[in-house]
Amino acid sequence: MVEIPFPDEFQVGNVFSMIVFDLDYENIEYGYRMDGPVNHDKGHHRFDSSKILMDPYAKVIGGRDIWRETPDWNNIYQHRSRLVFDDFDWENDRPLEIPSEDQVIYEMHVRSFTRHPSSSVKHPGTYAAIREKIPYLKELGVNCIELLPIYEFDEFENSRPNPQTGEMLLNYWGYSTVGFFAPKAGYAATGKFGMQVDELKTLIKELHRNGIAVILDVVFNHTAEGNEKGPTISFRGIDNQTYYMLTPEGYYFNFSGTGNTLNCNNPIVRNMVLDCLRYWASEYHIDGFRFDLASILGRDPWGAPMANPPLLESLAFDPILAKCNLIAEAWDAGGLYQVGSFPAFGRWAEWNGKYRDGIRKFLKGEPGRVGDMAQRLQGSPDLYAWAGRAPATSINFITCHDGFTLTDLVSFNDKHNEANGENNNDGGNDNDSWNCGAEGWTDDPGINALRKRQIKNAVAMLMVSQGVPMVLMGDEVGRSQQGNNNTYCHDNELNWLDWTLLQSNNDLFQFFKHCIAFRNAHPVLRNQNHFRNVDYVGSGYADITWHGTQAWNADWSDSSRTLAFMLCGKHAKSGTVVDNYIYVAINMHWDAHWFEIPGLPPGMQWHVFANTGATPADIWAPGTEPQLENQSGLLVGDRSVVILVGK
Amino acid sequence: MAFNATLETTKDTAKITLSGELDASSAPIFKTEVEKAAANHPKHLVLMMQDLEYMASAGLRVLIFAKQKMGADVDIYVVRAQETILDTLQKTGFDQGVIVVDEYDEAQLEKV
Repeated sequence: MVEIPFPDEFQVGNVFSMIVFDLDYENIEYGYRMDGPVNHDKGHHRFDSSKILMDPYAKVIGGRDIWRETPDWNNIYQHRSRLVFDDFDWENDRPLEIPSEDQVIYEMHVRSFTRHPSSSVKHPGTYAAIREKIPYLKELGVNCIELLPIYEFDEFENSRPNPQTGEMLLNYWGYSTVGFFAPKAGYAATGKFGMQVDELKTLIKELHRNGIAVILDVVFNHTAEGNEKGPTISFRGIDNQTYYMLTPEGYYFNFSGTGNTLNCNNPIVRNMVLDCLRYWASEYHIDGFRFDLASILGRDPWGAPMANPPLLESLAFDPILAKCNLIAEAWDAGGLYQVGSFPAFGRWAEWNGKYRDGIRKFLKGEPGRVGDMAQRLQGSPDLYAWAGRAPATSINFITCHDGFTLTDLVSFNDKHNEANGENNNDGGNDNDSWNCGAEGWTDDPGINALRKRQIKNAVAMLMVSQGVPMVLMGDEVGRSQQGNNNTYCHDNELNWLDWTLLQSNNDLFQFFKHCIAFRNAHPVLRNQNHFRNVDYVGSGYADITWHGTQAWNADWSDSSRTLAFMLCGKHAKSGTVVDNYIYVAINMHWDAHWFEIPGLPPGMQWHVFANTGATPADIWAPGTEPQLENQSGLLVGDRSVVILVGK
Repeated sequence: MAFNATLETTKDTAKITLSGELDASSAPIFKTEVEKAAANHPKHLVLMMQDLEYMASAGLRVLIFAKQKMGADVDIYVVRAQETILDTLQKTGFDQGVIVVDEYDEAQLEKV
């Protein structure tokens, strides 16, 4: 260990710089010791010269090299900055630039995806293991994976034993960044060799080679340093008042719900965020970013929401990020909810929370939902069209890492978070879930059949909605979290994907796979522009028409739980390509209903792609759909979805 | 065990036999041999690894250097690498840039 003092002449303004020769750059770990005022009342500084600070721009960070290996807590230098070499051979790789509306996103956790013993991979829970599962992703048909945080975080942050079981609860999801420029070492099979950068880049290159883009879930709203009682890792000891939003008394604003709030609209911090995203886009060929609690990024240094937040504007117009997806989680823990009103600058997409809520309510059969449902199916023009924002602004999802899995959504009315050790007080209570008649697992075959049908109804609606669909890891095989809707702390089977489900719930997997393939096969489901509700190509049909149990006459009343729509294939992609016609009938009523079907142009016939109420076959591979017997109507079973294709 | 790298060159092939532990301190020796090999503009670079006991990230970086220094037309053969070294190559994806083989037939290679 060597400590080199900074001579005064090495300082210009507030910047210190030094060149140190003859370092062992392969093995060196470095940090900074900074001294200054410690009285946070005067100037709000929190210097602590007893600590060694991590470089906030460190590209590799040691100290948590192997997942869950207990660190030496007495070490004053927990997170160690290291050097990285930009010699990776990308060959001819570059970001895929898949048009947003053509993406199908799969939200997943690096470790959870392959950590289960059933995954049959060589290095479970790692970047390398995902490479082994690329054939699975390809078969499912998704063309984009969205990784829960992979910036270096500390899985031991706020770790504690479960009061009931004694099992260690961790910062498992990783929504608490230690270093914004470094990949999580513990997710790399080669982390102990400091080769996580190569392993991750190899994964990204291989995903790209297979046509799969990579979106990172990034957490810029707060850091792992927490509040006044948290550890001093980096920012706090460098320039507390620059990096954090502080109250007039010098305490931390907590718009993130996790202790502190990064001061994103300070120009220094803004530059760091921009530098960071540019680095990941250029050095890792990342295709897009999903911003956790993004509304915080639009608050000024005193916490007030801004009309034109400079950070969001900078990101929107940045030339290096120009082809990257920018996706906002358009709310924060401070009460700001901006779905439909996020400062988008023509660029930002949004996790559409209103889509999630609307579909869930309609799915469980709530009355008065048909009008809302029509908006969600169209890409939420009520939220976005008025502002000139495209349907792909709407990231459509029914489930995500926050909340129930799809299986749990149809199996539990209430959350069951006892395993989190917080007396079931954590996690949301507004789940809009319905257990189909019994809370949790049951032997009742009727209930179990209904649950499967509801899962299929959900994915069928998701895949025929305009916008960008997102599937939660494991929903395609019926993954459950046993009713826990906030599994942020569990490094166990509550989060791990059990690969034996692929066999036991193979019908679900096949249903998901065919629904995704159907979406990929039909450009009319993936429009760049909102519907105009008129015929502008001379087909005799408007681009979208609404129906119900009677053709051409949807029932918009509060008591209605039925809705059908037809898409005219000649209007696909604003009339630039010709597709088949598609008709979707949704019956979320508890009784079966006869639906009249609108007639097709002469020479065309309706074929059945999916009928969730049919047995034994309820879906067909796109292109093999059988012709519908009665071309004028069909019985849609209770709580069922039918998708027809006219060709 | 101390690291050693020995270069032999024939008409189209440069063969470097590696032994011992290839870490940050010994990687420059390997790199020097790669530079010498590259100066002869061979068609193949053969790395004999049966006696190589350990390879740290610095050694892997020399493999990348070799690939870039030699150019895309030069095939790099990794011969008889031990399981732990092979495993590291696979985890990081470096195995994709080289040809991993158990046996090496010099005469056959010369005909390629």
